[in-house]
Amino acid sequence: MSVRTEEMVLNMGPQHPSTHGVLRLELTLEGEIITKVVPHIGYLHRCFEKHCEVMTYPQIIPYTDRMDYLAAMCNELGFVIGVEKLLAIQVPERVEYIRVIMAELQRIASHLVAIGTYGADIGAFTPFLYCFRDREKILNLFEITCGARLLYNYIWIGGLSHDLHPDFIRLTKEFIREFKPNLRELNNLLTYNKIFIDRTANIGILPLETAINYGVTGPMLRASGLRWDLRKDDSYSIYNKFDFEIPIGEGKMGTIGDSWDRYFVRVREMEESIKIIEQAIEQIPDGDVTAGIPKRIKPVVGHIYSRVENPRGELGYFIISDGSATPFRVKVRAPSFVNLQVLDVLCRGHMVADVIAILGSVDIVLGEVDR
Amino acid sequence: MIYDFFYNLTGSALFSGLFVAIMPLLTFILPFALFAVLLERKVAGHIQDRLGPMRVGYHGLLQTVADIIKLIQKEDIIARENDKLLFNIAPVLTFVGSYAAFAVIPFSSIFLGANLDLAIFYIIAVTGLVVVGILMAGWASNNKYSLLGAMRSAAQIVSYEIPTIIVILSIVMITGSMSLMTFSENQTQYFWNWYIFGGPEFNLKKFLLIPFMFVGLIVIYISTLAEVNRTPFDIPEAESELVSGYHTEYSGMKFAIFFLAEYANMFAVSALIATMFFGGYHSPFGYLGNLLNIPWMIPVEQFFWFISKGIFFVFVQMWLRWTLPRLRVDQLMTVSWKYLIPISFVNLLIVGIISLI
Repeated sequence: MSVRTEEMVLNMGPQHPSTHGVLRLELTLEGEIITKVVPHIGYLHRCFEKHCEVMTYPQIIPYTDRMDYLAAMCNELGFVIGVEKLLAIQVPERVEYIRVIMAELQRIASHLVAIGTYGADIGAFTPFLYCFRDREKILNLFEITCGARLLYNYIWIGGLSHDLHPDFIRLTKEFIREFKPNLRELNNLLTYNKIFIDRTANIGILPLETAINYGVTGPMLRASGLRWDLRKDDSYSIYNKFDFEIPIGEGKMGTIGDSWDRYFVRVREMEESIKIIEQAIEQIPDGDVTAGIPKRIKPVVGHIYSRVENPRGELGYFIISDGSATPFRVKVRAPSFVNLQVLDVLCRGHMVADVIAILGSVDIVLGEVDR
Repeated sequence: MIYDFFYNLTGSALFSGLFVAIMPLLTFILPFALFAVLLERKVAGHIQDRLGPMRVGYHGLLQTVADIIKLIQKEDIIARENDKLLFNIAPVLTFVGSYAAFAVIPFSSIFLGANLDLAIFYIIAVTGLVVVGILMAGWASNNKYSLLGAMRSAAQIVSYEIPTIIVILSIVMITGSMSLMTFSENQTQYFWNWYIFGGPEFNLKKFLLIPFMFVGLIVIYISTLAEVNRTPFDIPEAESELVSGYHTEYSGMKFAIFFLAEYANMFAVSALIATMFFGGYHSPFGYLGNLLNIPWMIPVEQFFWFISKGIFFVFVQMWLRWTLPRLRVDQLMTVSWKYLIPISFVNLLIVGIISLI
């Protein structure tokens, strides 16, 4: 006798606690096994690219903040570098150092959110709050620097909106001193937890070939085993002055490119970011951070693709200038958007609970996916 | 016990029965739930490097009272697609399951609803009702997430009952009784008489039993964690996957009843473990009442010790909840069927052989 079976379509989101924002996933299930995942996006679409066409270049910077709102500093950096290249201006040494410090602090803050929410997805709620406690300290650092905690409008074309606060260096050193043991604690609590490893190792394996074919970048690509980091390979800003490593997935707990690897690459990237910050605050030169800001920003006709290594991958801005004060077109290559495509491949054959574990390890920000 | 007391006092079976039925609810479960919810939030807060509720009353002491008042005021939402009858019965049934267990739990030598000879059997039977309630809630909600949560819950509770029962059997073999009262009375006087330390008889058997009692304790603790749906086995109500499982669709007091049942259940299993392994209501080192020759103080002390032991195990449950991640549903089944059940079977066998000596 044959039993008639039917696939169940389960709608996950956009009001689901674990879709990290307003993402809707259409899961096709056979029992509890996933046969297909279709992400539906666009709930947070705010016409960023269209807005850019009527805004002057400095006016666009606050808009870039609102894309990947967990890594606003890095977004600004990517856009500003592009415009500076179009304008062909050189920024002072001190500005570059402060930009790097800010971008790396932002990377730690962003990874802390990624790791914390990942723990919460798996069911460990305490690491989530530990991570947010440490992120809070970074946000305080940003607050004394520019007054804002999430969306900064700090990195300007040719300079910065404010110089560092007199206490900034001391407080940053203090933060690093406190953060190192916290990171060890996080590893003991979550990273090497048997249940956590069982939930994430060998789940959602992303082979290197697939990763490259889908254009996956950032920690996801590195977890699949490719040492590709724009900070080293493209060496924008002054990253070539610092000594740091690029962690890649080693398949320590399972297979190379599984969810645990993606998680652990982020943990190790935080350690490397600390190294960069430590070096940068030792070497930071004096100077005026606002002197180099051009009065009149009208790039010559032309186009440029500027890319930076965001916490989530390669963030690219393709800027076309028609010679006026507003860009003709700004196209953004959003890493979360590209990384999200691979979700279907990762989820097939796993269970519903694994979708959460996989989606968390992809670490998307919907503000950036939808723009 | 209490029933006999009131029966002798009034001579009315109906009155004494009603009194026994209502008393644990008013004297213990409701105050305990109020306290436990606050404790949970305070424990969570302090584990997570924050303070927990601080606004209502001194250090948030009245927080749960405020929450209850809020829940009573809430609208009782029943969606059009819900199966109304089952939807209304489910929370009650769940609560009855965990509540009925309290009838045979000996809080002290005189505070005991009914001294059944098959008390442990009775507890296993009535807590089975919880599964029916949960399944009913999931089905009646007409919500895919709730249904998934309910199905997982049923599978989980049924699987984990097996190791629990097997460990209970090993204790039953040693004591030769199924009465919780006998369990407690056997472990009187000092803490080395507890079954975790091999029981009251002082001979070779006692020392041989100790390691296997510890194994039994660990097995039963893990499986009761799963039976009351606590982390790392809180899959039926996995917040991040199933929103909150079988009680997603419930609001107001019906939700509160599920909540109450959960906390009542937490204490019931902790009490069971305390009774079987940790001397029940007996003090670990003699009574002040005996020392001062005040006989009425002894039951009060016993009550205190029993509650303390119970709350200690509830605290450990909370501690685990805020430390560990959650297992996946198939891993959960693996833990039960591949590890706990074989271990408990071997344990049962060895304990059986030892008790023959």
